[in-house]
Amino acid sequence: MPEGFISNLYVFVLAGFLGFEVIRRVSPLLHTPLMALTNALDAIVVVAAIIIAGRQGSQLSLILGAIAVAAAFSNMIGGFLITDRMLRMFKLSGRKKQ
Amino acid sequence: MNTSIMHLSSLQYLTDFSYIIAIAFFILSLKWLSSPATARRGVLIGEIGAAMAVVTTFFNPDLVRFKWILIALLIGLIIGIPLGMVQMTAVPQRTAMSHAFGALAAAVIGISEYYMRIPHINKFEMTEISLEVIIGALSFTGSLIAAGKLQEWLPQRPIVYKGQNYISFTVLGAAALSALILIFNPVAPYLFPAMVIISLLFGVMLVTPIGGADMPTVIALLNAYVGLTAALLGFVLNSKVLVVAGALDGSSGFILAVIMCKAMNRSFTNVLFGAFGQIQVAAKGEEEEKVVHSASPEEAAAILGASNTVLVVPGYGMAVAQAQHRVRELFDLLTKKGIDVKFGIHPVAGRMPGHMNVLLAEADVPYDKLIEMDDANGEMPQTDVALIIGANDVVNPAAKTDQSSPIYGMPVIEVDKARTVMVIKRSLNPGFAGIDNPLFYLDNTLMLFGDAKSFVGGIVKELSGGGD
Repeated sequence: MPEGFISNLYVFVLAGFLGFEVIRRVSPLLHTPLMALTNALDAIVVVAAIIIAGRQGSQLSLILGAIAVAAAFSNMIGGFLITDRMLRMFKLSGRKKQ
Repeated sequence: MNTSIMHLSSLQYLTDFSYIIAIAFFILSLKWLSSPATARRGVLIGEIGAAMAVVTTFFNPDLVRFKWILIALLIGLIIGIPLGMVQMTAVPQRTAMSHAFGALAAAVIGISEYYMRIPHINKFEMTEISLEVIIGALSFTGSLIAAGKLQEWLPQRPIVYKGQNYISFTVLGAAALSALILIFNPVAPYLFPAMVIISLLFGVMLVTPIGGADMPTVIALLNAYVGLTAALLGFVLNSKVLVVAGALDGSSGFILAVIMCKAMNRSFTNVLFGAFGQIQVAAKGEEEEKVVHSASPEEAAAILGASNTVLVVPGYGMAVAQAQHRVRELFDLLTKKGIDVKFGIHPVAGRMPGHMNVLLAEADVPYDKLIEMDDANGEMPQTDVALIIGANDVVNPAAKTDQSSPIYGMPVIEVDKARTVMVIKRSLNPGFAGIDNPLFYLDNTLMLFGDAKSFVGGIVKELSGGGD
């Protein structure tokens, strides 16, 4: 078993529980923005893609890495952008009432 | 073990610290999303965390070639901005597309790692990589199919054939078998690409038979798979930031999928392999003449204008007809008359979790008027008019009363308890699920036949004309 596995497993289990506790508090009102935001956060995969594409390696890893960079980065940009656009639309009545 | 990524220099520490801060920011980001008041702050801190992580990655001493990274980032930017600017009605298919991109990114990195490491790859690493690539590849094509269905490039109805589940499981079994052989012989010729292709095929077969009405669950499940893929990639690369981000994304998708399933009283297995709404042996037998009461926009306007409390129940039909702005005009007019108007939102109304809320928020309906199913049901006995716009199964009383109904046991918004029920619908044709709805034949139900947008427009015209 590789050295990092157990510590990664600790991190995975803790993050999973933490995610569960935090996310189940999100109001159903915001479930669509939630999905858009977690997509954007998941796009942090881009940091791994940058290393795959940029380190010394074969032509294949350059191509696959570059594909991954483009795919993940578009998710990051698009995900944050649309989450913010959606959240800006959620307004309280207030001024609408007479 | 993959030592190249674990290379530690002082610059590498900088990267690691920035990743840890990024993770903390991501968790805060999700925490602040819990309420609309703090949610935008959550997006901002998430952006700061992500930007920091990306920038400090460039300090990694392993990086030797930059040109293609920059070109790829530019391409990502060019694709990402329009994907962030889509219309709110297109959000479900946009979400499916972003699941596809997320799965693609993680899967191709796994593929690249395999070719980078062979032949020096141990059983453990091979297990991790195979699992990561299989789930990533099937989520990629599965999400593409889902996006195609939501965009209506593919038919939304379930596409099924005889023995489908057996064939699908055989294909999945073939992928698993390839992985198993690879674990013992990582250099088996052509087997790795074969495993990738089989997994891609399985993704197509998994989502094709699923109907439009089940899309909220499927989108959430694919979300969970994409998160799981990212976390597995974190194990492969020994990268904790990926493990955490993947676990957060995965648990979010999983929670949403559970909520969607509960809201339909169905299991994951049933959604994935049940091909709902295809083989509908509609409740025949009692083909007696059923009486339907219908009304014109003028009559509907008169009843709405004379009421004190109105509950609107929107569904996918409102999105299809693009009626949300007309609905908001109606909301404004009735509210101005002092009528209490609220919107009852069923968790699976629409094509993805929260779909209706976003559409109505875009149309400027204040979010404190959007209430959840349980609250809507609590207020139902005091409701004068329940106005159903483009929803069907989520208001079907048969779910409570008719044990033979395919949706028996599904929690519904009990609109039949309101004094008057109005249903805007094109015709009496049953919805996607093909389930007959006894609501339409109740004595206190008025059917408003027509296109949702023009019918609501007609009511609005009548109400504003009458006010002058």
